[in-house]
Amino acid sequence: MSSITGRGPAVCIGDDVDTDLIIAGRYLRTKDRSVFQEHVFEDLDPTLAARLQGAVLIAGKNLGCGSSREQAVVALQQAGVQAVVARSAARIFFRNCINRGLPVFIVPDLFCHEGNEIRFDTEKNELSIAGKEVRSLPLSARMNEILAAGGLVSYIRRETGR
Amino acid sequence: MAKTIVEKIFSEQCGRNISAGDVVMAPVSGAMLHDITGPLAIDKFYEMGGDRVFDPAKVIMMFDHQAPADSLDAAENQKKMRIFAKEQGIYNYDIKEGVCHQVTMEKGRVSPGDIVVGGDSHTCTYGAAGAFATGIGSTDLGFVLRFGCLYFRVPETIRAEVSGRFSDLVGPKDLILKMTGDIGADGATYRAIEFCGETIERMGMAGRMTCCNMAIEMGAKAGLVPPDAVTRRWCEEYTSCTWKEFVSDPGATYHSTRSFDVSDLVPQVAVPHNVDHVVDVTAVAGTPVDQVFIGSCTNGRYEDLAEAAQVLKYRSFSNDVRVLVIPASRTEYLKALRAGIIERFVEAGALVEAPCCGPCMGGSFGLIAAGEVSFATSNRNFRGRQGSTSGEVYLGSPATATATAITGKITDPREVA
Repeated sequence: MSSITGRGPAVCIGDDVDTDLIIAGRYLRTKDRSVFQEHVFEDLDPTLAARLQGAVLIAGKNLGCGSSREQAVVALQQAGVQAVVARSAARIFFRNCINRGLPVFIVPDLFCHEGNEIRFDTEKNELSIAGKEVRSLPLSARMNEILAAGGLVSYIRRETGR
Repeated sequence: MAKTIVEKIFSEQCGRNISAGDVVMAPVSGAMLHDITGPLAIDKFYEMGGDRVFDPAKVIMMFDHQAPADSLDAAENQKKMRIFAKEQGIYNYDIKEGVCHQVTMEKGRVSPGDIVVGGDSHTCTYGAAGAFATGIGSTDLGFVLRFGCLYFRVPETIRAEVSGRFSDLVGPKDLILKMTGDIGADGATYRAIEFCGETIERMGMAGRMTCCNMAIEMGAKAGLVPPDAVTRRWCEEYTSCTWKEFVSDPGATYHSTRSFDVSDLVPQVAVPHNVDHVVDVTAVAGTPVDQVFIGSCTNGRYEDLAEAAQVLKYRSFSNDVRVLVIPASRTEYLKALRAGIIERFVEAGALVEAPCCGPCMGGSFGLIAAGEVSFATSNRNFRGRQGSTSGEVYLGSPATATATAITGKITDPREVA
């Protein structure tokens, strides 16, 4: 099993950031995905989108609550977010991250400052935040395999030999 | 071993003994797609090598979020889904029936003991029928379309025991808002909530749907009401199902038990911008509003419209408020029409729109401008949810919404009744 590793600066958001705040309903009809990266987090902080390229998103509790819209994860990926770290995440959003191959780490006692350097390794359930090692809740072996494959579609294509 | 309803449903559907915490590949009895998350699910179905869907009779399709098409993009999305439905032999309710969750229920596409998934977080509504129903993302939905099953982590259950009789003009929406305030927006994450107790037993299907609908606002994977005589009557009227009754065994293991007594409950309001930020209506009474929306999968049924009409009587709505009334489905619309309720709303100054999600998702019509305030019977008051980021959304019952629409400011319905 391979892992996804990376490093990037922390971009921090607060608690209960819902998927409407990640990408608002008014943009969901589009087929042009560049619209997502332009408007991601628009209702939370319009300056955020420009800072996400190569960043690791750091969130408080209940990240991605609300709507099941997978477009929220697509928007983060389009904007260049490498990985997501949260104190806790809503169930559907968490699963959408895995299914789209966006590394997601749950660290219940997460503490981080804007701009801290984050290093991550999906297989090790381990993160380095500003040089300090922290543990994340372990993912199941299957979730790790889906992540490593780049998402559920690639995983299924590999498993079914297509 | 004693089991919860959820454990029994998974055990039955998987054909083996299953307990909370198990991760299982379970067959699904129904998969619901709508116009917002459906197109992406269809893409994923094909990307995963899909050719024919697992069972066209188990796929439920309709358009409600941007229906009728409000833009060229929406028109193209709907066209894509219509073509898919035709090619796959899926019955498509299209734009003519109403809001997905109401339609799925009233067309009898859900039965007690089913496992149903949908590309919408409020899929948990179907728990009112004693089914395990949960919202999923589009990739998972594409997987279900192809394979007819999905991985689930079988959730532990929070038992919500409700006792007491509601006072006049206090009802299921006030209860579920109160519960959301107490349990919190993430207090039930990864859990199922079983609504039970004498108050739930006396509640009709409409109220049970309101409660189950908002289970997701506490982060729950599903909300369920144990099937009983009320469910059975509903089943006989709306479905062709074989009656299967899954109820939790005495001694089943619960994650926790919460008790609620509605005897002294007063109308509840969720204030901006979180659904769990809930107060008694008296705490925000007098707040001026610009728009009132009565409708949605939470509160757009005949019973909700009748409750509104009961408060409205022969009065008119305030000239300072835009009032949108949107029945949740064609069937509910017809019931209200025949009862003379729709006529009353129109006379009072409301715009009665055809069944759809309306302003609930803030993408189609009936949006609020910067600094404006909306009072809605829907389920989310997130920032920007009904339009401008600097707008504010309050949530409450149809009775409170109607009282508010009459006076132009948030009003305790018991004061105008």
